[in-house]
Amino acid sequence: MTAAPRIIPDRSTTRLFRELRSWEALLVIVFIAVFIINSFASPYFLNVWNLSDATFNFTEKAMIAFAMAMLIIAGEIDLSVASIIALASTAMGLAMTAGAGTPVIVLVGLATGVACGAFNGFFVARLGLPSIVVTIGTMSLFRGISFIILEDRAFNGYPKSFAFFGQGYVWWVISFELALFAVCAVIFTLLLHRTPFGRATYAIGNNPVAAQFSGIRVGQVRFILFMLTGLMSGIAAVCLTSRLGSTRPSIATGMELEIVTMVVLGGVSILGGSGRMLGVVLAAFIMGCVTFGFGLLNVPGIVMSIFLGLLLIGVIAVPRFLGRG
Amino acid sequence: MGRTHGAAMTLLKAREVQLALATLALIALITARFPAFVAPANLASVFNDTSPLIILAIGQMMVILTKCIDLSMAANLALTGMTAALMNGAGVPLPLIILTVTVMGAALGAINGLLVWKVGIPSIVVTLGTMTIYRGVIFLMTDGKWVNAHEMTDGFKALPRVPILGLPVMSWVAIAIIIAFAVVLRRSAMGRAFFAVGGNPHAAVYTGINVGRTQFAAFVLSGALAGLVGYLWVARYAVAYVDIAGGFELDVVAACVIGGVSIAGGIGSVGGAVLGAIFIGVIKNALPVVGMSPFSQMAISGIAIIAAVAFNARQSRSKGRIILKGAEA
Repeated sequence: MTAAPRIIPDRSTTRLFRELRSWEALLVIVFIAVFIINSFASPYFLNVWNLSDATFNFTEKAMIAFAMAMLIIAGEIDLSVASIIALASTAMGLAMTAGAGTPVIVLVGLATGVACGAFNGFFVARLGLPSIVVTIGTMSLFRGISFIILEDRAFNGYPKSFAFFGQGYVWWVISFELALFAVCAVIFTLLLHRTPFGRATYAIGNNPVAAQFSGIRVGQVRFILFMLTGLMSGIAAVCLTSRLGSTRPSIATGMELEIVTMVVLGGVSILGGSGRMLGVVLAAFIMGCVTFGFGLLNVPGIVMSIFLGLLLIGVIAVPRFLGRG
Repeated sequence: MGRTHGAAMTLLKAREVQLALATLALIALITARFPAFVAPANLASVFNDTSPLIILAIGQMMVILTKCIDLSMAANLALTGMTAALMNGAGVPLPLIILTVTVMGAALGAINGLLVWKVGIPSIVVTLGTMTIYRGVIFLMTDGKWVNAHEMTDGFKALPRVPILGLPVMSWVAIAIIIAFAVVLRRSAMGRAFFAVGGNPHAAVYTGINVGRTQFAAFVLSGALAGLVGYLWVARYAVAYVDIAGGFELDVVAACVIGGVSIAGGIGSVGGAVLGAIFIGVIKNALPVVGMSPFSQMAISGIAIIAAVAFNARQSRSKGRIILKGAEA
C-alpha cells in the first residue's frame, strides 16, 4: 500500500453538516417518504386514532430493541428475547391462576425476564461462551418450558386492572405503551450516550481486550446488558400479554428477527462498536409505519416478512455499495 | 505398552468417541426400561427418521467451519420441497425434479454466499433475512395453499421408502452423503480450505486460499444438500406447505454444536456432525417411548445445545499464558 497524500482540510466539517449526512438523517427522510406514501395509499391512514393504534405495532418490539442495540454494540446478541416473552407470559399466567393480583402478576413477569437474562449472561459473561449459540439454545429452552407447562392450552382471564398495560391510555391518544416507549427511549439514550456504562459498552464492542486492560469490568458489563435485555423482554411480555389478554406458548414467535432488523436498520453495526440510540428510535417508527401501511392495504403478514427480510439485508448492503459501511 | 496406552487415551479424548459413548449410554438407559427400543428394526427406523437432520448437519458443519452460519437451511428445504411438489403436480419426471431442486437449493445457497462474499454482510444477518424471504416466496408461489398426499404421484412419494438391503432409500442417501463428504473434507483441496479459512483466515490468505470464495462454496454445498432434503422431506411426509420444517434450522445448528463443531470456525468433522444429529434423533424418538410429552422436546434440545457448547469450551480452552483473566473476546 502506498501512502496517498493526505489532504487536511483548513476547517473541519461543521457538526450540522455531519448530522445532515448521517444515517439518522437518511432514516428521517425514509420515514417521511413512507408516511407520505401511506397517506396517499389509504384514506384511513391520516387519522389520529388509527395512528395511535399503529404505534402498538412497534412499541413492544422497540423497548426490547433499545436493550438489544446496547447488547449488539457491545459485540453480543440475544436471539432468545421472543422466547423470554413466552416464558415470562407463561409465568404470569401461572401467577394469575394461583390467584395473584395485578401487581404480583407484573412483578412475576419482570422477575422472569431478569432471571432469563441473567441465565444467558451467566453462560456468556462468566463461562465465556459465544452468545449466538447460548441464546439459540435458550431460545429453544425458554419457549420449550412454556410448551411443557401449557402444551396446547392457553391462559385466559387476566384481571381487569391488568388490561391497562396493553390497552390503557394515559392521555387522549397517548397509550400507556407509547408513553412507556418514550420514557424508555429517553432512558436508554442517556444510558448509552451520557454515562460511563454506555462508554464501556462501546469500548467492549470495539476491543474487549483493550477494554479489559483499561480497567473496564468486561464480564460484569456484559452480564448487566443481558439482564437489561431480559428485563426489557419482561416489560414487553407484560404489555403484550395485557394487550392480547391471553398467553399461548407460541406468543411472539419470530419477534427476535424483527427486533434485530430494527436495531440494524437503526444504524447499529452488527459487528459491534458503533451505532446510536436515536437511529433505533427512528427505525422503530419506520417499521411501525410500514407494517401499519401494509396492514391497511390488506397485505398478508408473510409478505410483510419478506419485505422485512429484504430491508434487513438491504440496509446493510446499500451503505457497503456506497462505500460507507 | 506406554505407547498404546497413550493412543487409547487420545482416542478416548476424541470428541467423536465421547459422543458415540454418550449416545450408546443413552440408548442403553432407554433399553433398560424399554427393551424393544434396541431392536435392529427400530434402530434402523430411528436412523431413517434422522437422515434429513444428518444430511443438513453435514451442510451446516461446512458453513460453520468457515466461520459462517446458515439459518436459512430449513426455509431453503421448505421452498425447494414445495417446488418439487408443484413440479410433480405438473407432471415433470422424478429424476428431473430431484436434479432441479438440488440445483435450486444450490442457487439459494449461492445467494447467501454471494451476499457474504461480495457484499461482506455477516452471515447471520444474511441468513436471518433470507430465512424469512424464502418462506415468504413459498407463500407467493402457492397463496398459502397446501399440497396434500392425494395431489402427489405414487412414484414421487414412494422413492424415499423403497427398501434396498433392508434399509430405505432415504437412509442410503444419507449414508452416501456421509461417505462422500467425509472424503471431500479429508482428501480434497476444497475440504482442507474449509478448515484453513475457519482456523486462521489470515494464514489461509497467505497460502493462496480465497476466503470469501471458500465461504461461498460452503454455502452452495449446504444449499444443495438442503434442496435434496427438500424433495426427501416432502416425499416422505407427503405434504408441502409454507411452514414445513419450521424451526428445524435450530435442530441443525444443535446437531453441529453437540457434534463438537466450534461455532468460531475451523474445528469439526463429518463424524461429529453425524453423531450430533443421531444424538438428537435418539432423544426425539425416545421421548414418546419413555412416555414423555412431545412438548418437552424443544426444551430438551435447548438444554442439549447449552450443555454441548459449555462442554466444548471447557475442552478446547487454550493453554496459552493468561495475562489478564476474562478478557477473551
